[in-house]
Amino acid sequence: MQKAIQVKNLCYKYQKDEEELTAIYDMSFDVYEGEFLAIIGHNGSGKSTLAKLLNGIIKPSSGDVLVYEMNTKDEDKIWDIRQKAGIVFQNPDNQIVATIVEEDVAFGPENLGVEQKEIRKRVDEALETVKMSQYKDRKPHQLSGGQKQRIAIAGILAMQPKCIIFDEATAMLDPSGRDEVLSCIRHLNKENKTTILYITHYMEEIVDADRIIVLNKGEIAMQGTPKEIFSQVEPLQQLQLDVPNITKLAYMLKKEGINIPDGVLTVDEMVGCICR
Amino acid sequence: MFKDITIGQYYPANSPIHDLDPRTKIVYTFVYIIVLFFANNIAGYAIALLFLALLIYLSNIPLKFVFKSVKAIIIIILITVILNVFVTPGYILFKIGPLKVTDAGLINAAFMAVRLIMLIIGTSIMTLTTSPISLTDGMEYCMRRIPGMRAYAHELAMMMTIALRFIPTLMEEADKIMKAQKARGADFETGGIFKKAKSVVPILVPLFIGSFKRADELAMAMEARCYRGGEGRTRLNELTYQKGDTVAYIVTAVMTAMIIASRFLLLLNIPMK
Ligand SMILES: Nc1ncnc2c1ncn2[C@@H]1O[C@H](COP(=O)(O)OP(=O)(O)OP(=O)(O)O)[C@@H](O)[C@H]1O
Ligand SMILES: [Mg+2]
Repeated sequence: MQKAIQVKNLCYKYQKDEEELTAIYDMSFDVYEGEFLAIIGHNGSGKSTLAKLLNGIIKPSSGDVLVYEMNTKDEDKIWDIRQKAGIVFQNPDNQIVATIVEEDVAFGPENLGVEQKEIRKRVDEALETVKMSQYKDRKPHQLSGGQKQRIAIAGILAMQPKCIIFDEATAMLDPSGRDEVLSCIRHLNKENKTTILYITHYMEEIVDADRIIVLNKGEIAMQGTPKEIFSQVEPLQQLQLDVPNITKLAYMLKKEGINIPDGVLTVDEMVGCICR
Repeated sequence: MFKDITIGQYYPANSPIHDLDPRTKIVYTFVYIIVLFFANNIAGYAIALLFLALLIYLSNIPLKFVFKSVKAIIIIILITVILNVFVTPGYILFKIGPLKVTDAGLINAAFMAVRLIMLIIGTSIMTLTTSPISLTDGMEYCMRRIPGMRAYAHELAMMMTIALRFIPTLMEEADKIMKAQKARGADFETGGIFKKAKSVVPILVPLFIGSFKRADELAMAMEARCYRGGEGRTRLNELTYQKGDTVAYIVTAVMTAMIIASRFLLLLNIPMK
């Protein structure tokens, strides 16, 4: 499989006054093309720092980040890198630039100098993909949180990236907004084959991810499939992380002596195990 | 309470003036202001007034809104009138104490007042018929044409756009903070002006700090979307002139010619004053 992003011995230090704070410590991993990679970790474990490093908003203190073979340290390639790997941030309000929805979606391609007709096409397609076409003439502040976040996604899609990084993109949304955004992201991954790097605190959202990386204090603590990760309830709890509710239920039932396998991820699976 | 505030004084309506390109309106307003100062007799003012009346009629804006802007500068008009009445030398009509009222003073004051009123109405027709967003667009395009201003045109327009984008967001936030303070017993309604001003401080401080965080995050999001200034940037909606704009430019030219010509009516021995 082709590698979309390669992270090699990555270190990042924040300079705070005289003190140095190491946020990322000697990290290496690859992101494969077309996969849904989830990243979890408790507060301050370096997830946002990593996201910003991946598309060159901040530069590694040492080590390298390669996006489609382009190094983020290479200033000539930085715009290509950002076009290939877009980021959607947490607060939808603070990433919408224009006063009209469709003009905001056009912001990225406008910056890339895309021709007017092509921008029109991309904007319409992007809004169609996130199912927001009928809102294209609205003002952003008249939209709900979930709708705003879908506009932010459309804004990234219009740049036609190969890979999209979501930094807690659902954290500020209510449950229905979260569902809207998440199903939109899954659709991108399945239908458009967009590589997704999904940072979150909600374990339920990532039970069907292809792979999960668990961060702790700037290092990779665990990685594997959701089943592998979530079957390790106790190690996760030591990292101050939860498991999906249904997994937790299965874990507690098992402790009570009921015969249930580790790493049950969905209700259906649970039903299957119990009604055997 | 803040949710539906309107910014500026844009009055949405359907009219040929609303449909004009913002550049056309900016150029027209600019020319109108200059040309008004060319008018020096009744004929000139009459022509300017005629064009203004036509503009108001076509714009479909209720007169109430048109005259609102005059109310705002009524004091300035009064001061101008009083100064002109008393300080212009000429044939003394009567005296109030040490102050002399002259015939030339009265005429001057009248012209001055009319000119100011027409000026303010002329410009407010532009802001009434153009949304702040398209006004910003128009400004950017016009500024690009001015030598030396090209580099700033995009930055200024981007600043305006972001300001317009965030005013409703900040208003909402102010509302939230205010409610939170009220819930803890803050009092914004009673007391004199000083007490009221003081009670605003606890709203402004968090709002201020919050907007720095917003600015930081927005800058990052813009960079992530490949923003690098106006150089090499294309637009989704380029401004394009329509047929109406051609007509408007011709009308502007006709008005200019007529008003300038009106200055020479005196030379043709047609008494106008
Ligand atoms: N601008 C900064 N200056 C100094 N230190 C910072 C800065 N941003 C983050 N840090 C520190 O770097 C570490 C990693 O922060 P980061 O924001 O990457 O964590 P995170 O995993 O995204 O946390 P959260 O789940 O709260 O979003 C933290 O210890 C944090 O205090
Ligand atoms: Mg974070």
